Amino acid sequence: MRVALFLTCVNDTLYPDTGRAVVDLLTRLGVEVDFPMGQTCCGQAHYNTGYRHEAEPLARRFAEVFGEYEAIVTPSGSCGAMVRELYPRMGERARAEGRGDALARTLAPVVPRTYELTEFLVDVLGVTDVGAYYPHTVTYHPTCHGLRGLGLGDRPRRLLQAVKGLELRELPGAEECCGFGGTFALKNADVSAAMGADKVRNAESTGAEVLCAGDNSCLMHIGGTMGRLRTGMRPVHIAEILASTEEPGA
Amino acid sequence: MSSRDLILGRVRRALADGSGEDGAPPEPGPEDGDSSYEQAVGRSYLREHGARSPAETVDLLAENLADYRAIVHRATEEELPDLVARLLDRRGSRQVLVPPGLPSVWLSAADPAPVDDLAGSTPGELDAVGSVVTGCAVAIAETGTIVLDGGPDQGRRRITLVPDHHICVVRVPGQVVASVPQALGRLDPTRPLTWISGPSATSDIELDRVEGVHGPRTLEVVLVSAD
Amino acid sequence: MSGTFVGMPAFPKAAHEAVNNTTLRGNLRHATHTIRTKRAKAVAEVSDWAELRDAGKRIKDHTLRHLDRYLVQLEESVTAAGGVVHWAADAEEANRIVTELVRATGESEVVKVKSMATQEIGLNEALEAAGIRAYETDLAELIVQLGEDRPSHILVPAIHRNRGEIRDIFVREMGAWGRAAPEGLTDTPAELAEAARLHLREKFLRAKVGISGANFMVAETGTLVVVESEGNGRMCLTLPETLISVVGIEKVVPAWRDLEVFLQTLPRSSTAERMNPYTSMWTGTTDGDGPRALHLVLLDNGRTDTLADEVGRQALRCIRCSACLNVCPVYERAGGHAYGSVYPGPIGAILSPQLRGTASEIDASLPYASSLCGACYEVCPVAIDIPEVLVHLRERIAQGGPVTREGNTVVLRPARGHAAERAAMRAARWALGRPGALRAGQRLASRTRRFHPRTLPGPGRAWSGSRELPAVPAESFRDWWQRTRGGKDVTK
Repeated sequence: MRVALFLTCVNDTLYPDTGRAVVDLLTRLGVEVDFPMGQTCCGQAHYNTGYRHEAEPLARRFAEVFGEYEAIVTPSGSCGAMVRELYPRMGERARAEGRGDALARTLAPVVPRTYELTEFLVDVLGVTDVGAYYPHTVTYHPTCHGLRGLGLGDRPRRLLQAVKGLELRELPGAEECCGFGGTFALKNADVSAAMGADKVRNAESTGAEVLCAGDNSCLMHIGGTMGRLRTGMRPVHIAEILASTEEPGA
Repeated sequence: MSSRDLILGRVRRALADGSGEDGAPPEPGPEDGDSSYEQAVGRSYLREHGARSPAETVDLLAENLADYRAIVHRATEEELPDLVARLLDRRGSRQVLVPPGLPSVWLSAADPAPVDDLAGSTPGELDAVGSVVTGCAVAIAETGTIVLDGGPDQGRRRITLVPDHHICVVRVPGQVVASVPQALGRLDPTRPLTWISGPSATSDIELDRVEGVHGPRTLEVVLVSAD
Repeated sequence: MSGTFVGMPAFPKAAHEAVNNTTLRGNLRHATHTIRTKRAKAVAEVSDWAELRDAGKRIKDHTLRHLDRYLVQLEESVTAAGGVVHWAADAEEANRIVTELVRATGESEVVKVKSMATQEIGLNEALEAAGIRAYETDLAELIVQLGEDRPSHILVPAIHRNRGEIRDIFVREMGAWGRAAPEGLTDTPAELAEAARLHLREKFLRAKVGISGANFMVAETGTLVVVESEGNGRMCLTLPETLISVVGIEKVVPAWRDLEVFLQTLPRSSTAERMNPYTSMWTGTTDGDGPRALHLVLLDNGRTDTLADEVGRQALRCIRCSACLNVCPVYERAGGHAYGSVYPGPIGAILSPQLRGTASEIDASLPYASSLCGACYEVCPVAIDIPEVLVHLRERIAQGGPVTREGNTVVLRPARGHAAERAAMRAARWALGRPGALRAGQRLASRTRRFHPRTLPGPGRAWSGSRELPAVPAESFRDWWQRTRGGKDVTK
């Protein structure tokens, strides 16, 4: 199976380790991974801030770059939800505005072939034990767009529970938003920070060493808050945990 | 232009875009025949939750009434007069409001002076009466609800509101339905309806439920069966 | 909408104060978390919740698509049952109609059932100006009225008050409005409810005019429905001689049978009960039982403008259960007052800017008062996709475009306050449309990373005021991939 890694612009720029982890993990599971160099950004930040027309060319580019792959895998619930939930809506809106079916037709092929990483592992590859080793206490925060947008359910937890050496601790108030919300973090910084602080306090109460999630933008906000509150906890993307093995340097 | 025409005109202009349905014909409404409107709504929800025998449905009613702090009693028709008398006696009411069509035998053993449900009574006069005894139109097991429809054994709406103690007699299993959809099917919308689920309550202080505000603070429901 | 809120600061500023008010934060947290768990339990009890939710959505959508027809049918049914129907295009007209109706009775006081529509139009203030005293009889509305406060929640307008504060308000204010609070009143909820019972009873018993809203109006039968808990609704609906019901036009449903959906979803969503203690249904007037005169005032006040928006009109499905407020992490921290409207929380953030337009600072800021977490959509019993409408309204504010105001199409210009953002979005789209430009930016950031500050100046302070900045890596993924995989994939 020829699979394209849709890394997302944030991961590409700020979190390359997450990208490497996805490549290591999928390769270990026998998947041939490609990183189409033409990829940039799905357009979510534009769309959600009210700039749908600026997001459209980015969506078209996405469909062009990823159009030929059987599966498109992304380590981001949020960007995955953008493609799966909001690309069809962009097509509908263009149609309602009298611009015809062109956009909807362009975007349609990539929608069902886009998978969030844990979804791809569990549903497409059919694995929950990915052969990982991670000797740490971990608490898992389900990010909103993965949880409610894509309906990831317990897939990430099942994957984490199968990791050797890992002790999973339940996060109180797990399903509550961390307060990132893209430009919300800037436009309503006080509320965003208050939400972040509550999330971090809940995470701390588990006594875990690591807070794990499937979206680095949320982790950037949570981790930034942890740093400021000097908690000593580490934010780690789930791909990096699932990629870890007993062999050093993997 | 009247405001009526203004508003209706605005509605029609607002919908003139075809509502994004690509010029699809308007969906049918109830007046176009029940079946077509029902199709448009697609009522795929349940008519009742779970399958129960009539006796089990009555048990569920009792359970749910009690869960919302109604006091539930059971009696046969024969035992009913004594039970009502005991409940009124325990309450200590000196007067009891009586709807015009309440079976006279229900209060045949009771001590308090009956007060007729009259159009001319003032709210103040009703406030001086301690208890009221009524029947009901239907009771809903799944929600623990009794519904009054102003029938002869239920009287005017206010008589079950102003007194602080309401005894409601439900004939079981005949008057009990399982669910809200079944209850609506039995009720006549042209009558004034009051749905009662437990005594008066509020969630207005810290979103926590407290029983007892303006309506009767004590609701006693008697489930009466033929034998 | 109500004049009470004119001149409200934008949401972030109002929220700033709330976030730092620890009493308020504690009160809201306690109340919303209490009800959240209970709602989830009440909903889980019903195995066909998804089907009920879908039916509720379809009934409302169908009604809205044929709203003119159902309003005319409702008018006929209500009139045939002995009621009088009035139409009010805006708040001012509704207030004028109600004031005149009360004056015609010769009364100078009215008792009110809690009603969002009358809050929205500022009816109490209008009546006050006409020398008519309106007594709120819902416990939470009473707390708000006695405390000269503003409502902060749809279901529980005094949610921002804890029991101690409520006790103090009762002790201090009840005497001036009628029967004073009992001696030695404590802050136990049962005693507070008892105090309200005693205080309001004399008002109910002498009331000649009642004013209500309605949760539902049934077009085919002309039936009005009020769902409540305390019995104050029943008092106002049955003891007075005249009843005036002010109801938004979107509250109509086609058929009697449609109530079977909403009477299951509303109580479980709002108070987390299988059924609320009291529901009153009345069709016109009944000889010898209840009011002799019934007036129904049908209110537009921005609803038809909302209806004209294909995406935004789903907000009119709302049945005012307030489940979205109770699960909203933003509402929990910012409180209801920050929304500057009688409709706070997620539903308020999409309803107020549509009913009132986005001209004021507060209304233009409301669509941004959300992290788009989607919890509101998940719990909504009529499946209003609140995040979708929020984003749609953001688009309207940032990019401008045609909207309907008072029945006329006007073209909004892009909001001036968003000029810098617009430029940044455009620049970002330009760069992201070119992988080469993105790579150049990444390399520049990586090369200069030792010099990056730990905090940001200007608008960036919004981030770094409470959060560390992420460290820029030495090499982007793109460069790593190209370096290690030999660039064999540069196909595009």
